[in-house]
Amino acid sequence: MEQLLGPSDITQLLEQLASQLIEKENVHLIGIRSRGDVVAARLADILNLSAPGILDISLYRDDFSHRRESPKLQSTDIPFEVDGAHIILVDDVLFTGRTIRAALDAIHDYGRPASVQLAVLVDRGHRELPIQANFVGHKVETSRADHVRVDLTAGSESVTLTKHS
Amino acid sequence: MPRKDLLDIASLPREEIELLLDQAKPFKDLFKRSVKKVPALKGKSVLMLFYEPSTRTLSSFEVAAKRLSADVTNFDVPNSSLVKGESVQDTIATLQAMRADYIVVRHKMSGFPGVIAKNTTAAVLNAGDGAHAHPTQALLDAFTVKEVFPEQTGKKVLIAGDILHSRVARTTCEILRKLDVEVGLLAPRTLLPRFPMGENKCFETFDEALAWQPDIVYLLRVQMERQSAQFFPSVREYHRLYGLTDQRLEHLRKEGIYLMHPGPVNRGVEITDSGMDYERSLINQQVENGIATRMSALYHLSPES
Repeated sequence: MEQLLGPSDITQLLEQLASQLIEKENVHLIGIRSRGDVVAARLADILNLSAPGILDISLYRDDFSHRRESPKLQSTDIPFEVDGAHIILVDDVLFTGRTIRAALDAIHDYGRPASVQLAVLVDRGHRELPIQANFVGHKVETSRADHVRVDLTAGSESVTLTKHS
Repeated sequence: MPRKDLLDIASLPREEIELLLDQAKPFKDLFKRSVKKVPALKGKSVLMLFYEPSTRTLSSFEVAAKRLSADVTNFDVPNSSLVKGESVQDTIATLQAMRADYIVVRHKMSGFPGVIAKNTTAAVLNAGDGAHAHPTQALLDAFTVKEVFPEQTGKKVLIAGDILHSRVARTTCEILRKLDVEVGLLAPRTLLPRFPMGENKCFETFDEALAWQPDIVYLLRVQMERQSAQFFPSVREYHRLYGLTDQRLEHLRKEGIYLMHPGPVNRGVEITDSGMDYERSLINQQVENGIATRMSALYHLSPES
């Protein structure tokens, strides 16, 4: 297991990421559970934005029939009008893009946003869908089987890479 | 191991009950959206097999399945060969050949859904079998109780009415006991089961039952179709002795007691018009919660592939 980023790197990354999020009217963040919501909360804090939305995408996954056990649901809470909003979707790690596909479908069941952009803390490559992030904190080269883990516990934040051959 | 069927409450461990209840909440949240549908069961088929008439449970399951994007087929039982003397074995072979992923069954014979469950790969949901069980009713009732009392331990629910013939009473009683809710039963002696159900308190008069200080009064539907068997002398007398009269309603209001009923209600029998307008009535909430808990059950069961 290799630590890629530590607490101070991550604080810096979040600030850089926040500074890129263009100032527009009616901008709202939506974090994807779990951990995307934590990233979104940190970004909202830096930008003095209202509380971000929290999205659980379990019901929108594309692998439901392939799993024996249904993923455990958590609440979704979007405390603003999605219709006409400029949404910035936030996640911790961008990998295959399937989570983002599911999140886009979910958001559109809440309303018709004026635009949706994507911000991620780490982009590890290996996309399986035509999806790219508008804002990326950190890019990392990985193999398909590697495991990238983001921990956002305040004070001991880390991004680690576990190699699997 | 994921569970394939939902046949009763008795065989469900408490953790599974709590999971199903806990997971019904995100489904209920969906009802506030303009798009109430999610794609979770897209491409799956749900077969509704109701040998007994039902409007509420049938449509509740149907709405639940459709909000999960499943395809719903109503098996037209009254006009099918199922009532023209086809054997259970042949029925099951037919059902299996249809390759439904989920089968929702109601039947007057206790244990019938279990027989189907054993012989098909579909996940089978019991929607009421004889006087045996009605597990999704129990789940929606428990969910409703927990909505008003998130810390339900030690709360008291008084179930009043035709306990003897009611699978609702039996199953709801079972789930509440598993969740450490105290249950009291109020019924004419002719409508109480011959053996007391577990450790439940039994009352013969409404005054006695109210003195027990319940937090919720759960009225059962008087099954008017059974009135011919003369379990009680007259509707008026039943109302006077076991119904929620306006005077008793005032007591509920004064004490802040909640009111539940599985529906459909008989106005003027177990409840009055003013009882239906009672501000602490949870009856409409029960209907909404029925859809959410059935979605939770469908979502968590796993048909054999």
